[in-house]
Amino acid sequence: MEELREKACRLRLQVLDMVCSKKGGHIGGDFSEMEILLQLYCREMNIDAARPDAPERDRFILSKGHSVEALYAVLADRGFFPAEELSCYLSFGGRLVGHPNNQVPGIEMNTGSLGHGLSLGVGMALAARLRGLGSRTYVLMGDGELAEGSVWEAAMAASHYGLDSLCATVDRNGLQISGSTEDVMRLEPLAERFRSFGWNAIEVPDGNDFAQLGAAYALARSTKGRPSVVIAHTVKGRGVSFMEGRAKWHHGVPAEAERLAAAGELEAAMRDGR
Amino acid sequence: MIANKQAICDNLLQLASEDRSILVLCSDSRGSASASGFAESLPEQFIELGIAEQNLVSVAAGLAAGGMRPFVLAPAAFLSSRSLEQIKVDVCYSGSNVKLIGISGGVSYGPLGLTHHAVHDIAALGVLPGLRVYMPADAEASRSLIRRLAADSLPAYVRVGRNASREVYPEGGADLSADRALTVRPGSDVTVVACGDMVACAAEASDALRDRGVSCRVLDMFCIKPLDREAVARAAAETSGIVTVEEHSAFLGLGSLVAQELAGTGVPLTRLGLPDSPVVTGSQQEVLDYYGLNAGGIARAAWALCRR
Ligand SMILES: [Mg+2]
Repeated sequence: MEELREKACRLRLQVLDMVCSKKGGHIGGDFSEMEILLQLYCREMNIDAARPDAPERDRFILSKGHSVEALYAVLADRGFFPAEELSCYLSFGGRLVGHPNNQVPGIEMNTGSLGHGLSLGVGMALAARLRGLGSRTYVLMGDGELAEGSVWEAAMAASHYGLDSLCATVDRNGLQISGSTEDVMRLEPLAERFRSFGWNAIEVPDGNDFAQLGAAYALARSTKGRPSVVIAHTVKGRGVSFMEGRAKWHHGVPAEAERLAAAGELEAAMRDGR
Repeated sequence: MIANKQAICDNLLQLASEDRSILVLCSDSRGSASASGFAESLPEQFIELGIAEQNLVSVAAGLAAGGMRPFVLAPAAFLSSRSLEQIKVDVCYSGSNVKLIGISGGVSYGPLGLTHHAVHDIAALGVLPGLRVYMPADAEASRSLIRRLAADSLPAYVRVGRNASREVYPEGGADLSADRALTVRPGSDVTVVACGDMVACAAEASDALRDRGVSCRVLDMFCIKPLDREAVARAAAETSGIVTVEEHSAFLGLGSLVAQELAGTGVPLTRLGLPDSPVVTGSQQEVLDYYGLNAGGIARAAWALCRR
């Protein structure tokens, strides 16, 4: 079986293709969240592409909907739709819109306007409880979107209802479109803020490391009576040296020379098992 | 006489007793929504979200995605404004089976001011893709409408007032199962197209006009969206003019939707509604009277159309 690390490189190459061929997308966030998505879709969640509407399935919401290219690559890899369809990303009349759309198999809700996902997750977790289902609900948020007040309305409600089947992840890459999150609108002390809202906050020092993510999700799963948030310290643009940690790659589109350089780095990493 | 919101909650309680997927969600609004009885009788199916309308609507969408049938009951002023984007994206765009009930709409809150008035909700929500917008005329109409909505799977917004509406329909006499305007009074000279509490006023105006020899048709256009365009076209063809009346801004509400239908036909139209400014201070009735949104004002407008 393909190693997850190898898969992460291969899917980053697919994302690079999508973004460069259509000259649009959010490659920085796609690359920072790739390991989180793969950990959830390959190791954590109870999902079956053959039964995308199974009532007992776990739910995933990409609240940071702009980083949809990585999700498309992962969903295609998991068999929700053919990988060939990735070439239809952003195409006229197609269903691979520039933000998640529930016309695509495996996508639960339309997102893209920030700050909605955690509330949707609260609703889904409440529904699972009311129906007596063991489904878990996973919500992936960006760090920039945590400035939205609705996130904290949802955080309050999730702990009020003790939703331990709800697990949020913050793709804590430290950057948003204008620069550092701490310069734009300070988030720290982020874990303390979630804890003060009644959450179990789990910090992951390297959010692009599968083992660390796996340990965090195991801890979240075993935490009862309150929701958990995994604060995954990731690197924006992870995997391509000249993109890493640079806000311009929030939605930058690589020029041809940059595309070649990026592809070269990703292919080398895949070969070397990095 | 009971308020429309009470009729809605009474019927939801009956329906929810037999269908555990039916839920009521409130934003610290259970008292004003007449939902306290529901909350006490079916606590597992009542979800309190506190004063947080954005979360309220998105949670409802999440519940719907999880197979539940949520009814959100919150003041129309806040539901149609604070959570507008959540309605647009999480309800409409995602196609969620969420029913939004805006209570105490229009100028129900009277002297409390513009913060609490909802005279913009048809304009704000009617433009959202696929969202149906309803305004029932009385408790009987509300009963019929809510039973229909509980059985379907598409989003809808229903606006009701705070106080009891005057009775328009006898028990069992309102069928809102299709998006067809209800003919409250037949008539051949002039037509009044009304919604919500204005329907009873229009009926009273029609009765007064009859005594003066004018045959005034009254249409209850509870289905503001989708508008019953055929009923408007028939009224335009069969009577000499149309008066619209609504407890909403006269701009971008029912009157504007009817005007769209009449554009280019030359059929005379008078739109009665609230002004494009914060309304005068007063009780609901004082405000409506001030702007001529009563039987007298409707009769005068209809009479003027007939005398053209
Ligand atoms: Mg970020």
